[in-house]
Amino acid sequence: MSRRPYLNFSYFPGCSMATTATEANESIKKAAKVLGFNLMELEDWNCCGSSSAQTMCKNLSLGMAARNLSLAPPGWPLVAMCPRCLHYLRSAQECLRASPEAHHALEDHWGRPIPLDLEIVHFMEVLVRHGTDRLKKNLKRSLQGVKFVPYYGCTLFRPPRMQKEKYFQGEMENLLKMLGAEPAPDAYAYRCCGSFLSATDPEVVTPLVNEIIDSAVAARANCIVTACAMCQLNLEIRCTSKVRLPVFHFSEVLALALGAEDYEEWWPRHIVDPRPLLEELKLVA
Amino acid sequence: MSQPKLQEKSREFPAVEISGMNRALAADIRKRSGTQFQRCFQCQTCANGCPFVQAMDYPPNVIMRMLQYGMEQEVLRCSTIWICVGCHTCSSQCPMGIDIAAVMDSLRLKAVEAGAPIAKPNILDFHEEVLRSLERYGRAHKLSIMWRYKMQTGRWFSDLDVGLKMLARRKLELRPSRVKNIGEITELFKCYWRESK
Ligand code: SF4
Ligand code: SF4
Repeated sequence: MSRRPYLNFSYFPGCSMATTATEANESIKKAAKVLGFNLMELEDWNCCGSSSAQTMCKNLSLGMAARNLSLAPPGWPLVAMCPRCLHYLRSAQECLRASPEAHHALEDHWGRPIPLDLEIVHFMEVLVRHGTDRLKKNLKRSLQGVKFVPYYGCTLFRPPRMQKEKYFQGEMENLLKMLGAEPAPDAYAYRCCGSFLSATDPEVVTPLVNEIIDSAVAARANCIVTACAMCQLNLEIRCTSKVRLPVFHFSEVLALALGAEDYEEWWPRHIVDPRPLLEELKLVA
Repeated sequence: MSQPKLQEKSREFPAVEISGMNRALAADIRKRSGTQFQRCFQCQTCANGCPFVQAMDYPPNVIMRMLQYGMEQEVLRCSTIWICVGCHTCSSQCPMGIDIAAVMDSLRLKAVEAGAPIAKPNILDFHEEVLRSLERYGRAHKLSIMWRYKMQTGRWFSDLDVGLKMLARRKLELRPSRVKNIGEITELFKCYWRESK
């Protein structure tokens, strides 16, 4: 067997993946390991700032995101899975590029360099760039029968700032097709999940989430695969439709296809139990 | 005499004046948001695409128009700026390349700074609870955020079933995940408006 070199990345899990969605965190690490990606968790990372810092104070939001950049070891691309984290980390970097004073002030303050050329990438981009042959080689369980709506949510390529970077449209389909799954893209795949309104104004979010799930049912999908842990949560907790579909994290189906065995830990954390579907498709015993 | 007639006729048109127009606000928001909302020609693409428009008091295109007119009270007091989650559906579809979500961001900050009455105090409370968690732990601790938020807003039972489901599936972790060097985080909060007042 030819041994492939490990590729090194620093990894920013973010609050959702580290807590409410540990199943996404575990599965991404598992998948990365199989594929030969060394994801080194960023030492002592903090919240990217999220919409709340963005809403309340620009300096705070910049400082929170920038501290993470100052912790990143040089030369390793920084990988995030949460689209919002990715967005705020990149925004901070762009802001520091545009403002040398702010950049120097923060560097002096922490006594650490904040490299402006640090590459900040989404995990899917890592797969697309380095992973396609690794994916095919490591396929252990074909995802045949999985008919999924690729749910990107709003942030992965909508914000003008993200549009300057890699465009992700279609990548989730491409990657999961390689693993045997069949996309059903004819649904609300980019509609916003409701974000914080799910906590503050659930009655506004529920009908919208129902429309998303209903559109997936109408597209004859048997599940939804999300690129974002917050979307995953909102689609599960705010749906009141009669017919409900399992909502997977992208990394869960990926790790499953790559032969992960510790999935028993993941499914009980879902509100819509995906086990009946997976058993029916003979993907799990 | 080869000059074309048209050119002789060219002249400046008088400006339309709107009473009480606050030019300073428009200039300020333009600077903060870095987007040229004066280009808006009311096609309403933004309003048609916004998933949350039904819950807003004014659709996004009306916010642009009111800003152009300098209607400060209306834009700072509306619920639209709080309901907006920054999903950028509008910004990605605007034919004039206006980053509407950035305008909403700037208006929200401005409203807080100006001490304008907040149309959706529950949303402001929520953001504050998140920030309190970030200040204390450096990371978001959902359980304490939801707990304190529900206490504040008195919406105890409204979401009990969802909360219990999340607890049962260990989605609301009991103990927060923390930043070790928390001093570096608390320092960042010094600039935050709540403290500076
Ligand atoms: S989409 Fe753009 S141009 Fe059209 S109404 Fe909205 S802001 Fe104005
Ligand atoms: S960014 Fe705000 S205004 Fe624009 S579509 Fe999303 S919620 Fe609506």
